[in-house]
Amino acid sequence: MDFIAILSIFVLACFVGYFVVWSVTPALHTPLMSVTNAISSVIVVGALIAAAAAGSAYSKWLGLVAVALASVNIFGGFAVTQRMLAMYKKKERKDA
Amino acid sequence: MHEAAPQSSWVLLAYLIAGVCFIMALRGLSSPESSRRGNRAGIIGMAIAVGTTLTTHEIATLWEIAIAILIGGGVGLVIARRIQMTAMPQLVAAFHSLVGMAAVLVGAAAYLNPGAFGILGPDGIHQVSRVEMGLGVAIGAITFSGSVIAFLKLNGNMSGKPIILPLRHVINLGTLVAILGLIAYFTQDQAPWVFWTVTALSFAIGFLVIVPIGGADMPVVISMLNSYSGWAAAAMGFTLHNSAMIITGALVGSSGAILSYIMCKAMNRSFISVIAGGFGGDAVAGGGAAAIDRPYKRGSAEDAAFLMSQADQVIIVPGYGMAVAQAQHALREMADLLKKVGVKVKYAIHPVAGRMPGHMNVLLAEANVPYDEVFELEDVNNEFAQTDVAFVIGANDVTNPAAKTDKSSPIYGMPVLDVEKARTVLFVKRSMGGVGYAGVDNELFYRDNTMMLLADAKKMVEEINKALG
Repeated sequence: MDFIAILSIFVLACFVGYFVVWSVTPALHTPLMSVTNAISSVIVVGALIAAAAAGSAYSKWLGLVAVALASVNIFGGFAVTQRMLAMYKKKERKDA
Repeated sequence: MHEAAPQSSWVLLAYLIAGVCFIMALRGLSSPESSRRGNRAGIIGMAIAVGTTLTTHEIATLWEIAIAILIGGGVGLVIARRIQMTAMPQLVAAFHSLVGMAAVLVGAAAYLNPGAFGILGPDGIHQVSRVEMGLGVAIGAITFSGSVIAFLKLNGNMSGKPIILPLRHVINLGTLVAILGLIAYFTQDQAPWVFWTVTALSFAIGFLVIVPIGGADMPVVISMLNSYSGWAAAAMGFTLHNSAMIITGALVGSSGAILSYIMCKAMNRSFISVIAGGFGGDAVAGGGAAAIDRPYKRGSAEDAAFLMSQADQVIIVPGYGMAVAQAQHALREMADLLKKVGVKVKYAIHPVAGRMPGHMNVLLAEANVPYDEVFELEDVNNEFAQTDVAFVIGANDVTNPAAKTDKSSPIYGMPVLDVEKARTVLFVKRSMGGVGYAGVDNELFYRDNTMMLLADAKKMVEEINKALG
């Protein structure tokens, strides 16, 4: 991919992000932050490449540490989001 | 152009699908019903991205990678299960710092072994890649050190009061210019000292920028760092030519930026003045001491119970103090008791009622408050005039009428809940001394239709429940 192609993806994704995020209900802004946190750990892709590649031992270890850090975020971020979302309930409960 | 990391079209397609899954994850959050499906889409997207990377690169170290994922994932799951909902802001700050650090580490790994990422040309690393790498590492480092400070402040390990360094604007601007200058120079000379100096200066500036920002502005800071973690991922996506990272980074970056904007508007603060720091110190606390002598009406739990049980409609206005006192469960019981005697109960949430965007909604949801009884400021504000009782608990500044009338007040212009328009205002507060987060006195306390309920929030609500039941 050349630079312009990548830039196009980036700019269009910014617009998508802008419109999608404005449609998020304010009641769910905290889950929004925790889930964006989880997905921004897609940076793990870069960490995996670094950890997997032969050639530089330093690079490999940096990659492995980055994989571990990003994994905390991926698992923790999605799990805590799920835990929060499970709490949002509608009115019709059996009355206590 | 990618000798070492060829990306076939189906790999690109897989990353695109992952990106679409992430968009669906955010889209799902438009309503609580669809949100759980959205979260699953996010998990699937992440699995696709990781799976694609693992199957298309030669993995010399599968075991080590598996162990790293197990350790990290285990820690993450344990934290996610144990964390208290009141501590969500700290957790999110801590998670941001990890994204920032991961970006720095990936950037450093790419610098040390550019061949593995396909960014090595005949004259060293491609020049465009150097800029992208420099920016990615810089944003990542700022995200890391800034988030660590935000975490320490939110977690109470560090005073929430702004710490003002002399000449800080000069130092900060100088550091920023130095970072940008060095990244420009990096395109000409990829010497290690340039790379590592950029990294070190970026760590320093993240620290310097967040330290002077006071606790009251933390909702903005945490949203801003959310945005930075996204831009860091996007910059790394540019470096590694990875569309999943670019799409995600752009989504997260805009999400954080929008949340910062919403928080700034809710506090009537400009983004620049938040970054400049210093708000929420002692400067205006003097007004509180002088006002203690003013006459006010004090009520008991029985008075409150009587007033509310006679009402047609009660609007509860919770603030962070309610969560600190752990009163949300007692509060929900109170609402249940009132509903039993035919009173309509609603909750009114100010955007900065908690310590981060949407925090109060999560705290109420945890206490089993149905989300369709919870209303945002603009949806409920004109209802106070037709409401018999406004029950303010643990909130202060967000109800202060001075924000509408007193031009000299530091919170003037901030959108507030019009609780004083209700027939009676019940205001739960620990004591008459002490002021809100912004350090200003609240003239609501001394109005004729206000009754002060002075006690610990949880105890007061429990006593009201006793009187009601």
